Amino acid sequence: MAYCLANDQARPAAHHLTARGGNRVAGLVSQTSKAMRARRVEVSGTQTVAAGPQRESADPGDVSLPAVDPEFNELGGSGMAAKYSLAVAGARPNPIAYARRLWVARHFIVTWATARNQALYSGSRLGQLWQVLTPILNVGVYYLIFGVLLGTRQGIPDFIVYLVAGVFIFNFMQTAMLYGSRAISDNLNLIRALYFPRASLPIAITIIQLQQLLIAMVILFAVALSQGEAITWHWLLIVPALCLQFVFNTGLALVVARFGAILTDTSQLLPFVLRTWMYASGVFYSIKIMLGKHHVPGPLLWILDHNPPLLFIQVIRNQLITVPATKDPKIAAGNASAMFLPPHAWLWLVFWALVVGIGGYLYFWQGEETYGRG
Amino acid sequence: MADKKKASSTATDLIVVDGEELTRDEVLDRRSKRRAEAAKNSPTVVVDNLHVHYKVYGGSGATRGSATGALNRIIHRRKHDALRDVHAIRGISFVARRGESIGLIGSNGSGKSTLLRAIAGLLPAEKVGGVYTDGQPSLLGVNAALMNDLSGERNVVLGCLAMGLHPTEIKEKYQSIIDFSGIDEKSPNTSLRPMKTYSAGQAARLRFSIAATKLHDVLLIDEALATGDAGFQRRSENRIRELRRNAGTVFVVSHSINSVRDICDRVIWLEAGLIRMDGDVDEVTEAYEAWSNG
Repeated sequence: MAYCLANDQARPAAHHLTARGGNRVAGLVSQTSKAMRARRVEVSGTQTVAAGPQRESADPGDVSLPAVDPEFNELGGSGMAAKYSLAVAGARPNPIAYARRLWVARHFIVTWATARNQALYSGSRLGQLWQVLTPILNVGVYYLIFGVLLGTRQGIPDFIVYLVAGVFIFNFMQTAMLYGSRAISDNLNLIRALYFPRASLPIAITIIQLQQLLIAMVILFAVALSQGEAITWHWLLIVPALCLQFVFNTGLALVVARFGAILTDTSQLLPFVLRTWMYASGVFYSIKIMLGKHHVPGPLLWILDHNPPLLFIQVIRNQLITVPATKDPKIAAGNASAMFLPPHAWLWLVFWALVVGIGGYLYFWQGEETYGRG
Repeated sequence: MADKKKASSTATDLIVVDGEELTRDEVLDRRSKRRAEAAKNSPTVVVDNLHVHYKVYGGSGATRGSATGALNRIIHRRKHDALRDVHAIRGISFVARRGESIGLIGSNGSGKSTLLRAIAGLLPAEKVGGVYTDGQPSLLGVNAALMNDLSGERNVVLGCLAMGLHPTEIKEKYQSIIDFSGIDEKSPNTSLRPMKTYSAGQAARLRFSIAATKLHDVLLIDEALATGDAGFQRRSENRIRELRRNAGTVFVVSHSINSVRDICDRVIWLEAGLIRMDGDVDEVTEAYEAWSNG
């Protein structure tokens, strides 16, 4: 049996339903008209009557056929949902349940990130070699322009290691944010086809950047060894520092991902923000040495000292670079400025990682239902 | 019933279903039994007065994206004038129960795919009404997770993970997925080649095999059946029947009325975001065909 809304007949009667086959009218009306009256009182009776069941009656008016289900008519949608403990489709779970879903999706996140990372260079002839070449070339450019031409290497112990660490660590944050801002808009197909916690995407993108950073770190260690730095236990501290930075970067990626989902222009604007941030983070010079010649108001200096990317960079530089002993107080002061760490630097790293990580997570989670709609 | 009388005229043709030869009457008989049974089962999807709005950029042409247009909007503090609201689903209700296979038909833009997405939870409903589901319905849209640069083999793993399978499950099922897709039958090691080297048919077969691996409670299929050769189509239809027998609910969106007739017991006809007809597959598809030819 079929239930049908024959608008050509239904419209003149406005609130009246009838089926196309005359013999079915009685059963249908008795079953559904109650629900119709209750739920669709706004039906307009003023529309023009279609001539018949032909093509021109394509618009069925404002009436949809009510559910053909006795139980539904009795209990209603929410009543049935309660009786059979059905869940609201696509409803946003609470932050803890959301984290649990992310944990379930962890294999997908990592596999997707790895696959993406490998597919990234599959179009180029040198392929995966670019994973190594890109950071090396980056460092080369900065070394030439800042270190040599602008002379920022002066007064810095082991400038090459100093520069390489700065470039790689900042680049980790920079790329996580740049690609993070496009996490939603670049993957709309995926979002519109499969249900998974959307935070998987910015997290996966940060994992891609982490994988690239790990390759870069091998280069960094090679550079440090070639510059005569000795392997010490301090090198092990790089691991927790990078873990904290990963949490911090994930938080940032989650924030910009939601920004980017709301306003697609974010990814155009972000490079300028990031460049400014890079200059403020002493990637290829020492902020302290640069500022040494000028008077800087205290609060601004405090902010510059506690700027998270600079903290991450300085902490890692301090693990790698051994400052040579010197009797010249001027050089010693210069070295101290170059390697400066504010008090409780590690606590600050933990603080930034937690605040940005959790804050970014909650901020992104709030928009969970909106991604992929626009 | 009306369709029985009509059916007897074509009863001499034998129809093959799951390897059995059945007369038209038997097919109809089984279908009405299935529908009667399904009506007693517990519901898997309850759609209650669902509305879905899309916000769409673009459409109103010339000033979209142009610098002067954008500047103009900012100066005059107007909203994006190309931002339009599309009311794709305009208040529909129905109940789907275990063991049902429901076809969604209707002309282009009638809201079929939007409805599937709303059921899958990809487009949450507006404040009034809603969609209630048992478990997480799965849209057969695994192709979105696959990457053309990767081998078929790795795409199987990736696609299965995207559908929420556990790695150990994937290891167990890997071979059966490749076997079902049949891509290694003609030329071995096809599964090791990047997916971009596959023919359209091979890619479609692999996608369907991955998607049909998991026995979903609710499976949503959007135009996926028109791919692959005849043999593979039959296999995928059988797979859908198997799913239905396992007390799941299957939704199929298709413009091919024939494949809807083959797979579905019940059909919902959508037009302009509203349900126009809901019922037995033969009656609804006939009315739809009469309407669209008329």
